[in-house]
Amino acid sequence: MKRQSFSAMALIRRGLSGHVDWQQQWRKAEPKPAYDAVIVGGGGHGLGAAYYLAAEHGLTNIAVLEKGWVGGGNTGRNTTIIRSNYLFNESAALYNHSLNMWESLSQVLNYNVMFSPRGVMMLAHTVHDIQVAKRHIHANRCNGVDNEWLEPEEAKEFCPLLNISDNIRYPVLGAALQRRGGTARHDAVAWGYARAADELGVDIIENCEVTAIDRDSSGAVSGLKTTRGDIRTSKIGVSAAGNTSVVMAMAGVRVPLESYPLQALVSEPVKPIFPCVVMSNTIHAYISQSDKGELVIGAGTDAYTSYTQRGALHINNHTLDAICELFPNFRRMRMLRNWGGIVDVTPDRSPIIAKTPVKGLYVNCGWGTGGFKATPGSAHVFAWTIAHDEPHRINAPFTIERFRDGYLIDEAAAAAVAH
Amino acid sequence: MLVIDCPFCGKRPEIEFTYGGQAHLTRAAQPAQVDDQAWTDFLYMRTNTKGVYAERWRHSHGCGRFFNAVRDTTTDHFLAFYKAGETQPERTP
Repeated sequence: MKRQSFSAMALIRRGLSGHVDWQQQWRKAEPKPAYDAVIVGGGGHGLGAAYYLAAEHGLTNIAVLEKGWVGGGNTGRNTTIIRSNYLFNESAALYNHSLNMWESLSQVLNYNVMFSPRGVMMLAHTVHDIQVAKRHIHANRCNGVDNEWLEPEEAKEFCPLLNISDNIRYPVLGAALQRRGGTARHDAVAWGYARAADELGVDIIENCEVTAIDRDSSGAVSGLKTTRGDIRTSKIGVSAAGNTSVVMAMAGVRVPLESYPLQALVSEPVKPIFPCVVMSNTIHAYISQSDKGELVIGAGTDAYTSYTQRGALHINNHTLDAICELFPNFRRMRMLRNWGGIVDVTPDRSPIIAKTPVKGLYVNCGWGTGGFKATPGSAHVFAWTIAHDEPHRINAPFTIERFRDGYLIDEAAAAAVAH
Repeated sequence: MLVIDCPFCGKRPEIEFTYGGQAHLTRAAQPAQVDDQAWTDFLYMRTNTKGVYAERWRHSHGCGRFFNAVRDTTTDHFLAFYKAGETQPERTP
């Protein structure tokens, strides 16, 4: 069904008439007995895959099954940092594909995802950091990914609150800046994809947990059992983040994943004071300011695997220690909320977007601590993989078999978290 | 923060320990005889259980010794602690 178009004119018109005739954003769909394809997981990656299946591959008789609510997992729990300055060619291609799509996503979906390329600055605190950062910058430039080196004074000019004095434990010795990087509004990404997919006929079914995957006599996928009834389908795309191991086990497929809690927190809202995103892998701090005014701060993963969606307080304390040293102005800020998400981490810290040994079963997982930035690109190539039953050129290296065959894409040092 | 009951030192805070991942993984007795898939399973594949999970911990800032624990990964409550080399105790309610 055709949706109302969002525009400044529509906002003014409905503002003057009391905002009474806005449509529902997407239908509350009931599960049908059969679909051409089913996506398991209603986060940004899953909803996006459903949208691209419908919009680019003509598969409109499809459903997204979400055990909770749309965007309630890691899509709604991350710190919304977007960048593409990864070291290896395979990663640069994947993340830059995504960054290119971010730039036009609001127009494509007719939904304001509030993409804000305000610049992502990654700090260097040691000689080793400087060498690694410059190696990344050179590698990125060879791959057409923007990234540049800043001396400490230039870093402070870009982010005036930054403490570049030498009286901190790990002084700032410089920074790598990706100007095209930035942030977006995480909920809007899920909602925008849900609305656009629904318009094309995709059923978005919330509170529907998959309990089993059925296979026919040839071993191929034939359907699934859910808490809201059985569904027949010959193609299942699993995009279940921290719960991927659980869903894949239903089809007898083992995946090289471990699920860890990852925490984030926000401060009380204040006036605009922080103009960019600053990350430090070495002393472990990630900070930006949302448009609401909250400082959005990313902490690290807990030491142990868990599915609790909460973590230990000392992990947050550790990050706040670093924030207070880097930005002494924030020492008296009060923190408002903290929470955790469950992230699925692969041994090489790169994702898996691939076919599986089971015919008709596809998986998009292993995004670990940094999946939000990849949402559009990941969803796009995953939809391609499901529609064509073969990987897109960009995700072809991101297989499960790479761990057996020795073709790891070892981004451990390049990922957002100091592992 | 978890309180972990080291079989050698007693209850101590989590920050004294290092996590060791899934317990009871056995390295092949004849590594040269094992094919690539079996090596992959040993090196990379983990059950990543949602529920009762046997795992290794090391009391790295205490006695330094490895031991095993059973924990429910949906609540983070520990169900048992036991020494390395011992078999996993029967599940306690």
